[in-house]
Amino acid sequence: MKRKDLLSLAPLSVDEITLMLDTADSFKEVTGREIKKVPALRGKTVVNLFFEPSTRTRTSFELAAKRLSADVINFAPSSSSVVKGETLLDTARNIEAMQADIIVLRHSSAGAAETLAHGVKSSVINAGDGWHEHPTQALLDLYTIRQRGMSFRGLRVAIVGDVSHSRVARSNIYALVKLGAEVRLVGPPTMMPWGVEKLGTKVYSNMDEGLRDVNVIMMLRLQLERQGRAQFPSIREYSRLYGLTAERVRLADSAAIVMHPGPINRGVEIAPDVADSLSSVILDQVANGVAVRMGILYLMSGANA
Amino acid sequence: MSILITGGRVVDPGRFVGIADVLIDAGKITAVGPKLSAPAGGRTIHAEGKLVVPGFVDLHVHFREPGFEYKETIQSGSAAAVAGGFTTVCCMPNTSPVNDNQAVTEFILERSRLAGLANVLPIGAITKGSEGKELAEIGDLRRSGCVAISDDGKPVMNSLVMRRAMEYASAFDLTVVDHCEDIHLAEGGCMNEGLISTELGLPGIPAAAEDVMVARNLSLSELTGARLHLAHISTAGSVRMVREAKARGIPVTAEACPHHFTLTEELVRGYNTHAKMNPPLRTWTDVQAIKEGLRDGTIDVIATDHAPHATQEKQQDFTEAPFGIVGLETALSLTLGLVEEGVLSIEQAVQKLTSSPAAAFGLQKGTLAVGADADVVVLDQHEPWEVEPAKFRSKSRNTPFAGWKVKGLVQTTIVGGRVVFEANPVER
Repeated sequence: MKRKDLLSLAPLSVDEITLMLDTADSFKEVTGREIKKVPALRGKTVVNLFFEPSTRTRTSFELAAKRLSADVINFAPSSSSVVKGETLLDTARNIEAMQADIIVLRHSSAGAAETLAHGVKSSVINAGDGWHEHPTQALLDLYTIRQRGMSFRGLRVAIVGDVSHSRVARSNIYALVKLGAEVRLVGPPTMMPWGVEKLGTKVYSNMDEGLRDVNVIMMLRLQLERQGRAQFPSIREYSRLYGLTAERVRLADSAAIVMHPGPINRGVEIAPDVADSLSSVILDQVANGVAVRMGILYLMSGANA
Repeated sequence: MSILITGGRVVDPGRFVGIADVLIDAGKITAVGPKLSAPAGGRTIHAEGKLVVPGFVDLHVHFREPGFEYKETIQSGSAAAVAGGFTTVCCMPNTSPVNDNQAVTEFILERSRLAGLANVLPIGAITKGSEGKELAEIGDLRRSGCVAISDDGKPVMNSLVMRRAMEYASAFDLTVVDHCEDIHLAEGGCMNEGLISTELGLPGIPAAAEDVMVARNLSLSELTGARLHLAHISTAGSVRMVREAKARGIPVTAEACPHHFTLTEELVRGYNTHAKMNPPLRTWTDVQAIKEGLRDGTIDVIATDHAPHATQEKQQDFTEAPFGIVGLETALSLTLGLVEEGVLSIEQAVQKLTSSPAAAFGLQKGTLAVGADADVVVLDQHEPWEVEPAKFRSKSRNTPFAGWKVKGLVQTTIVGGRVVFEANPVER
């Protein structure tokens, strides 16, 4: 891997994405062993720098790094250091001074990872920046799709929900379009960012139409606090129009899978019986997340160079 | 002391363009014509091959004093102004405290007098604290020296308050300046809303946030008959509406900033905080519309919206970084870029920096008429230079033009008959 950082899937080539998925494959085997540990990153330091609360992504990265035998530091800057006037770059330079090889950054601002990557020598992995991208989440989504034996070319994928505020959606759009999939975005027009169809997607405001014959249904988490703030009038109405029910799943291809980046709002964007159904791969996504992140950490560490 | 400027090409918009000498005495222009004789004991400035123009008038600067002296002071801002050819600048009231009262206005004028460089003319607030609720003491502001009123970056959203401000200000013949932005439509936005904001995942400010307020303000100006000046218009829609309003006789003037006729939103890619300003950089179509508006006279004025911010503020991540860039020391070259491109004649360009802004606020500035204040700039229209922010006189360095190779440099700036800036301070 020639890249220092993984900031975004937008600029990656198909070959680079494929390499990441293939690398994850080889680590997937490790996560199934009795002793789930390899020495690939022994002596390397990985810092999880999370400015936004996150349990699953941070835990997944932590587990991935530990299984590669890296030293892991979890750093969750309190809001007080921001109040004290320390910029993101200052914080990161302090961490770098402690010889961090890889910084995994979660931040509420789009572009934070890119800004950081320009300022430090350490490798930076974007673990979510504002509404921009969440590349490792999309990679584990791709991995999960591939694991099911589906090929990307011609694959019909519906991404349902608030695309406008979703970094998961953006990363998936960039990667899936590049890989030749047909990407449908389903949701009310208030949740679609300007001109998103120009990224190579099709937009559906009618969920039943959007789901017809798709192979993958990717649900986005509804941010409940946006209710009434012009995006949607009520959870009740949203759920009726865009909630995934067993009945709606039947509109899709009979072998379709249901995905969700979590945490799920049961009974809001996804009915409990769908979340727990055989077509749901939500827990596979979580399990695959560790292997995918192991692969990415391994590639970014330069260990394969 | 008298000054004779010889042999330059005088561009005095609407009055005279041609080779002439300019004689200055006791702070006033005393003669413009061929072969004037040098007064005894006076100074001669040779301007052969140069342009001799009225000092530029900038209707839109932020000098940050009082309150944010780490960004800029009236002293440093004035030094930047005269280096860029601006002899008169109008400073926005968003200081701390806000310039909504006589005391702050007098403080600014006193600081300007002590700096002794440019004429710094305060713009008073429309409402107390620029909170958009109660009118400031506009009569007092006028009497103590404010030349216009504006709540600038905190546009008056309440249309009734804006109507009353316009009506009231017209009693003092004060121009009302509005930064046209519907703050609800723009909420949380930090760049133009469009495909790039979608790609970058940044909250957008739609062009409509500007357009709806331009439309409202034009309606209120029509209703009240008050003189309206639209700050930094940036959208094709604004240009279209102003053009139509002018055709119908609404007393409106409009300004555009160099960055809005030079740059597009593409510059935001990479989360470049020097491309973050408000109004945001727009699309290529908007830039073309702004240029067309400048060309056909819809846009009267070129103003900088000089908005200094400290380096550490612009080093924050994109959504956190403050809006704005410095502009006083690059405006001339960027405006001359329009001349080189054929958008404006040199006379039009000078007009948009001098007599037109003066007229918009009713200032007795921006002319080389005999008897006028001797605010004069000698400049080399073609001299190439590279923008090096470290060399700015401004305290701040926040410019997207660093490293740009441009043309046009000020040689000498004269304010009130006194040389206040020389690029090369050696007697020629």
